[in-house]
Amino acid sequence: MTNRYETVFILTPVLSEDQAKETVKKFTAYISNGGAKIHHEENWGLKKLAYPIQKKSTGFYYLVEFEAEPTLIASLETEFIRDERVMRFLTVKMDKDHVAFAEKRRNKSKKTA
Amino acid sequence: MADDIRYLAPIQIETKKDKYCWFKKAGIKYVDYKDADFLLRFVNEQGKLLPRRVTGTSVKFQKKVGQAVKRSRHLALMPYVTDMMK
Repeated sequence: MTNRYETVFILTPVLSEDQAKETVKKFTAYISNGGAKIHHEENWGLKKLAYPIQKKSTGFYYLVEFEAEPTLIASLETEFIRDERVMRFLTVKMDKDHVAFAEKRRNKSKKTA
Repeated sequence: MADDIRYLAPIQIETKKDKYCWFKKAGIKYVDYKDADFLLRFVNEQGKLLPRRVTGTSVKFQKKVGQAVKRSRHLALMPYVTDMMK
């Protein structure tokens, strides 16, 4: 049984563009190696935080949408905790309304781009 | 002799403005936590959630709004505490 998940994580602004890209690659590779299918990836770039986290006021935001076994999530989250470059992360299980919304949002952003 | 009280100007009777659930009317089924600008209308200036009696949201969606705001705060898209947000 697989579920759809959506993960947003924030990387420290200390990293250079290349380092940030490398970190993102590490996690997307981790997800796909865990037998998950990645549906969508989105880079929000360097954004200002609403409040400081670890004394930083900005962060690289990245969103991944994927379909995976529930067992993968726990290991993915420990991987996030272990990595010092990740400041925050949030994984959400998507229900069917959420999936529909995400698809609509994607189409909309594609049209404007 | 007229007993009834007469007013010079017509008195203003307060009429209740009909509140409605914004989500039900717009046909929105999912409340997005990534859209902080949208969620701004359900919090006050301090960033606290507004009660249902103020916004008119239905129980079903108030729950979802609450959840979305909390997720949004966790990801630093919205502040936990602030002043003069709007």
